[in-house]
Amino acid sequence: MIFPTTPSQTVGPYYAIGLPWPQGPFVVPEGTPGSVRLHGRVYDGRGALIPDHLIETWQADPDGRFADMHGAGPDGPSALEGFRGFGRCGYEEGDGSYALWTVKPGRVPGPGGELQAPHVLVSLFARGLLNRLVTRIYFADEAEANASDPVLASVPSERRSTLLADPDGDGGYRFDIRLQGDGETVFFAL
Amino acid sequence: MLSGMESRTVAWQPIADTPVAYLREGDETHPPLDSPAYKSTLLRHPRAPLLYLPQTLSEISGPALGAAARLGPLDHDLTRQHAGAPIGERLIVQGRVLDGEGKPLRGTLVEIWQANAAGRYLHKRDHWDAPLDPNFSGAGRCLTDDDGRYRFVTVKPGPYPWGNHHNAWRPAHIHFSLLGRAFAQRLVTQMYFPGDPFFPYDPIFNAVRDERARERLIAAFNVHETVPQWAQCYEFDIVLRGPAATPFEEEL
Ligand SMILES: [Fe+3]
Repeated sequence: MIFPTTPSQTVGPYYAIGLPWPQGPFVVPEGTPGSVRLHGRVYDGRGALIPDHLIETWQADPDGRFADMHGAGPDGPSALEGFRGFGRCGYEEGDGSYALWTVKPGRVPGPGGELQAPHVLVSLFARGLLNRLVTRIYFADEAEANASDPVLASVPSERRSTLLADPDGDGGYRFDIRLQGDGETVFFAL
Repeated sequence: MLSGMESRTVAWQPIADTPVAYLREGDETHPPLDSPAYKSTLLRHPRAPLLYLPQTLSEISGPALGAAARLGPLDHDLTRQHAGAPIGERLIVQGRVLDGEGKPLRGTLVEIWQANAAGRYLHKRDHWDAPLDPNFSGAGRCLTDDDGRYRFVTVKPGPYPWGNHHNAWRPAHIHFSLLGRAFAQRLVTQMYFPGDPFFPYDPIFNAVRDERARERLIAAFNVHETVPQWAQCYEFDIVLRGPAATPFEEEL
């Protein structure tokens, strides 16, 4: 018997009273060796910053292992001290930007068992989004791994750059999200 | 305020009962991102079609936040987070979190937020001219038990006006956030109350196109669990997408 799924509804403008918590943006504890700031801005179809978005991320640790409830993955759960793997960033009064503290993920197996390029999964929620938007953050300085990634390969080449986080010159990475129009970020059906 | 959530080492459980892929679902269940009657969707929906994402280990794994959440003893009781009791109809809101095969999802984090009895949110951007309640913050969370059950004590939220169209009022609702066990199962939704007069006029509720799917957003009054002289009970079961019948069939 199939139980039909509960439909999605928008997170609305007031999610900040319920969802963000102080440690939310810390995918790893502050001071974790090799940790980086992953940040960016979110724009609407008119190029205006979206102040009321909520970003969640999910990723493997540098060894390609997850902090998963079930220890998913052939190598077991992450052994990285304090690794949460999950980030949540949203503000009561946002300015359109977000920032997370994380480590660059390692490579995890893809659909055919081949290794995927390092990536971070993103769920984006906001007023006006009746369902979350799903995308993946890849890293511009992983050109070799990116070139053989099966998901990136499925994206039209002229849109691939919308999935790349660029080194920000400060040791971190910048990933902007455009919901609509010029340079529209690639979003996925999952 | 709710207490913080800290990470904690999580016991490694066997992967055996973790699905390899989840059913894909489309506009027959979830509202389309481009829903013009809800005006905020106009500049916020992608124009390009969504691209197919294979379900790899990244998508079928999910945060252990539920098991690691350090919940305060009153996080599930929105009527006891302040010195006094909030104004409004006291409610028990409870139900089960299941997957598409009807299996209970245990230990998953359920988070809610809502307006007070007057329809006002404790939020800087909510400027509606209705009173705040000093005894109500409107946020709660809990973990499901071994049968997938959750339970909150709260007050009935009021409807509130918004600027979408002339005389727009949201039906009374409680916002729900569910983590599930996999990134693929993540769901944010809203729970409504039976017989709300604002249903026919609400573009968010009606963005769900199938009437039977909309009905799954409406809680049921439960007289048996209603506590005499104390609180009405509403039952709201939530179903997160289930495993694909076979991963190979689904992925082809
Ligand atoms: Fe609301």
